[in-house]
Amino acid sequence: MYVAVKGGERAIENAHQWLAEERRGDLSIPELTIPQIREQMKLAVNRVMAEGSLYDPDLAALAIKQARGDLIEAVFLIRAYRTTLPRFALSNPVDTGAMAMDRRISATFKDLPGGQVLGPTFDYTHRLLDFALMAEGEAPFAAALPSTQAGAEGDDAPPHVPHVTTFLDRDGLIETDPATDTTPPDLTREPLELPADRALRLQGITRGDEGFILSLAYSTQRGYGRTHAFVGELRIGRVAVEVDIPELGFAVEVGEVELTECETVNQFKGSKTEPPQFTRGYGLVFGQSERKSIAMSLVDRSLRWQELGEDFTGAPAQDEEFVLYHCDNIQATGFLEHIKLPHYVDFQAELELVRRLRAEAQAQAQQQEAAE
Amino acid sequence: MMKDQTTARKGWMSLLAKAPPERLAALMPDLPPHVLLRSPETGAVMVRGRIGASGGAFNLGEMTMTRCSVRMDCGTVGHAWVQGRDKAHARRAAVADALMQTDAAADLQTAVLMPLSAEADRARTARAAKAAATKVDFFTMVRGEDA
Repeated sequence: MYVAVKGGERAIENAHQWLAEERRGDLSIPELTIPQIREQMKLAVNRVMAEGSLYDPDLAALAIKQARGDLIEAVFLIRAYRTTLPRFALSNPVDTGAMAMDRRISATFKDLPGGQVLGPTFDYTHRLLDFALMAEGEAPFAAALPSTQAGAEGDDAPPHVPHVTTFLDRDGLIETDPATDTTPPDLTREPLELPADRALRLQGITRGDEGFILSLAYSTQRGYGRTHAFVGELRIGRVAVEVDIPELGFAVEVGEVELTECETVNQFKGSKTEPPQFTRGYGLVFGQSERKSIAMSLVDRSLRWQELGEDFTGAPAQDEEFVLYHCDNIQATGFLEHIKLPHYVDFQAELELVRRLRAEAQAQAQQQEAAE
Repeated sequence: MMKDQTTARKGWMSLLAKAPPERLAALMPDLPPHVLLRSPETGAVMVRGRIGASGGAFNLGEMTMTRCSVRMDCGTVGHAWVQGRDKAHARRAAVADALMQTDAAADLQTAVLMPLSAEADRARTARAAKAAATKVDFFTMVRGEDA
């Protein structure tokens, strides 16, 4: 029998008050401000924007503060907020060739036009704790050199820097990705249905959990589905977002977002219809999110086995149902954490069942004993 | 002529949209009389990318956006779509868009748009210069047997 139970309001209220106090911590330590989080915890902010699927650094910083630094909780807050916003428009696809780049490297070509630009990277640091950061020091200062990237004077658009894959494309050594005008499916509007096309898979992965996507990508490198990936190019920078304004009838650049883009170059021995050539995996993520974008491009490539006529080896990273239904950390944590909430009635039913089964088993054993 | 006007308008609307709200407010503190045709409203734009940078579009994620439309006393209508959630920014940008279609355009160009443009250029150049300082110069080592 189902019995409605009420109670706990005061306990809940007090728990939330205590949560607020704990969030603030020791009052003798200055309180964190949103701009401090936005500027000094930028990579955490980027992750919350990418997985929250909403580009707004201030809101992501607020979510991190409110969530006490629990990034998945922060993503949850952003996702919940996102649902309250009316959708004004779809942007025109961003042009990453026109990116104002902070970083651009290639693991396949040393001397590429435009050069290798390291940007503000952790690479080549020694991963030794820097105790100077515990003391208040002087503001660090970055070196600067005149750049060709800034463009000619008065020309505010950064010059178009061709992608590395176009060099291979010129010789026909890599598959092409011809532009199409089809409107991609949107998993925030329609329920995710399988099979998913590549556009839908990319949307799912770019907002998927970084840890999950990283592990899947790593699994393909270790042999659970093979990707044989080289980082053809990795670029980080800002691109303009252009929207067709309905009341005007023309497109305007209404903003700018920071993106990380990774293109992998993968071995492909050819199929019945395709000659041996390189194939591509693609990653594009909000913010400076290098690990995620590399992982994304490996998982993207791995999921393309069917389209490229490769064998399905049963590897998790080849299984789009496995990847797409488990990569969203809000879905995952929602289902996982709900089991801690009251299940008194469900459990009562299980308890009754176990008691009955035990009684039956006991009775049967006694019967058998009596018969012998 | 129409095309030039459209290009110019795209340019100033974009500059106003990307301007830091507090800078625009500092450069343009007082707004002439106007009525709101569409009150400032915050929503989202779905940002799209291209598969492999060149292929079909896919949905990358949304960004916040605020839009506003105004009509000046002279009847000129101005529109704004600006990144973020700042309603005063959207309203100010819409008024600026309207004024840029009137006789006030030259003054506004000098007082507001040119400083904003110069500041955006400086910020971009400064960042590009830091990137340029991290550009790798490779030099080839001479191998022993070649020497």
